[in-house]
Amino acid sequence: MIDLVQMIVNGVAVGSSYALMGLAMVIIYKTSEVPNFAQGEMALISSFFAMMLLTSFNMSVYLAFFLTFVFAVLLGGFLEFAILRRAKEPNVLGMIVITIGIEMVLLGFVSWKFGADQKTMPFPIGPYDSFIIGDIFISKLEVLTLVAALLLMSVLFLFFKYSKLGLAMKATQQNSVAAQIVGIRTNRIMMMTWGISSLVGAVAGLLISPTIMHPFMMWDPMLKGFAAAVMGGMTSLPGVVIAAYMLGIIENLFGGYVSIEFKTVVAFAIIVVVLCIRPSGLFARHYVKKV
Amino acid sequence: MDMKRDYYEDVQLFTSPVVIFWFAVLIGSLYLFPLFAGNYYVYVANYIAINIIVAAGLNLLVGYTGQISLGHAGFFAIGAYGTIILMVKAGFPFLLALPSAAFIAACFGFLLGLPALRLEGPYLAIATLGFGLTITQIIGRVELFGGRDGLHAPDITIGPWVLDTDKEFYYLLITLTIFLLLFMRNLIKTRVGRAFIAIRDADIAAQTMGVNILYYKTLAFAVSAFYAGIAGGLYAFVLRFIEPEIFTLLMSIMFLAMVVVGGLGSMMGSIAGAALLCWLDLKLRNILDIPYVGDWLEQLSKHWFSITGVSNIQYIVFGSIMIMIVLFEPLGLYGIWIRTKKYWRTWPF
Repeated sequence: MIDLVQMIVNGVAVGSSYALMGLAMVIIYKTSEVPNFAQGEMALISSFFAMMLLTSFNMSVYLAFFLTFVFAVLLGGFLEFAILRRAKEPNVLGMIVITIGIEMVLLGFVSWKFGADQKTMPFPIGPYDSFIIGDIFISKLEVLTLVAALLLMSVLFLFFKYSKLGLAMKATQQNSVAAQIVGIRTNRIMMMTWGISSLVGAVAGLLISPTIMHPFMMWDPMLKGFAAAVMGGMTSLPGVVIAAYMLGIIENLFGGYVSIEFKTVVAFAIIVVVLCIRPSGLFARHYVKKV
Repeated sequence: MDMKRDYYEDVQLFTSPVVIFWFAVLIGSLYLFPLFAGNYYVYVANYIAINIIVAAGLNLLVGYTGQISLGHAGFFAIGAYGTIILMVKAGFPFLLALPSAAFIAACFGFLLGLPALRLEGPYLAIATLGFGLTITQIIGRVELFGGRDGLHAPDITIGPWVLDTDKEFYYLLITLTIFLLLFMRNLIKTRVGRAFIAIRDADIAAQTMGVNILYYKTLAFAVSAFYAGIAGGLYAFVLRFIEPEIFTLLMSIMFLAMVVVGGLGSMMGSIAGAALLCWLDLKLRNILDIPYVGDWLEQLSKHWFSITGVSNIQYIVFGSIMIMIVLFEPLGLYGIWIRTKKYWRTWPF
């Protein structure tokens, strides 16, 4: 019983980082229908930027993190402005290839600058500090990730539902021509979307970096986050968070009871099965294509 | 330019004696190439030829049928492992093991094609990506496949010949490549190919016209996987040693990059894209040995970057090429070629 609870707790913890990455991808997909494969590497470069500020410039943690968030927003906006906006005839394949290209450039840049070996992040909370409730261990970092994921999800949900900017983002996705007619600068909205998404990704990157920090550290969370986003329907914010926790918990239970070796791939097997049954994910309305 | 007056003019391979002449020259020089080239260049040619086969197969799926696959390294791995295991464990001769393994890959392609019937865009991308990752993980964990330690490729014997050098293997490889490319070209020009193109352009309209979507989409996945399987089987003998770490997501991405950089929906494009990216890949592995640029990069790395990570510049180069091609020349290298040809044909106007 303790095992089961501990596994579920671990699942929720790992699900939180998937949820953050998934949220970041969903924000972009909601507004511009671009599946952003560069999300992981955008978070990667932000967390290495934070590490550089902390170790080379000896900044205080608060200042360094603040500057990192500013950097992340600017990076997201810049990528949209410099690359995504220049695509002539955007189709899904072209967008996937562009974002994979951005991913490879950022990955190459980070591993050229910092080398490909494991680094340590001087994060205020170590990866081994933990709470013990009864017989269950929860690391402080995991709790922080969980709180960050839920908080960001609620804030973003309210933001998309009630704020002017959020409504403008929704309008841009639903019909960009009509949005332009009523006076929304869709280009600027896109840039802001990328900035916000990059910020959410940077939060995920910073929370992952104390445990694991090398140039490929974001691949697994990014792919699982993407999987969760697809499972949640690509457009629904609560959907992606629920799907991310489901993936995290199922993954851990599978690892505990069936086979620890195939733990990392079970998420993708679930994705394929879910997509066979509901092609638009669990929490999205299925939309019928017309000729 | 050239006007096609009837169906047979569209499907014929050689439109004039001049084309036959140049085709013969090309084939002849390909077969004479190892006599003049050093061992390293034959190895490079082998590497490129294998990637051309995969790129041609993937182009059928991505360029002609309009699907997306980020999992071709999975089919490639099935071909590689299948061929070696059928030869070593089941005692198949090479010429039987290779198509059998590719057929197994094609069956997996068919299975992956079934969910693809209902998926598109990012959903299809994540499903195929998951497939590729799963295959690599399963191969790495199962004892029969050598686990993490990998497998050694045996020598190939065809009748009385033993192919144990790169040059001998080159003749086998180039024959297979030419045959597979001609087959692909014929497939595209016939009714099957036209069905693929119809599905790409408007799948619902194609269905209304009587194209069986179920049949043709899964067929496209199966044929594409078959080509990747054949290429994987051959790749095992170029490397002579395979392990699961080779068949990563990065490999699938490189295959997709070859197709997109070369040009979607053109055979010439797949060949050019595969050749360019493979050549760059081999060159950039030792980036500091490139004259002039290498010294400069070394200085730059020492001052601003890290010298240990200098080989990662190849990611920057590949990424930039992919971005540039989509932004400035969506038809890829083939588009550049067409434009150059048109410019010179009408020159000086």
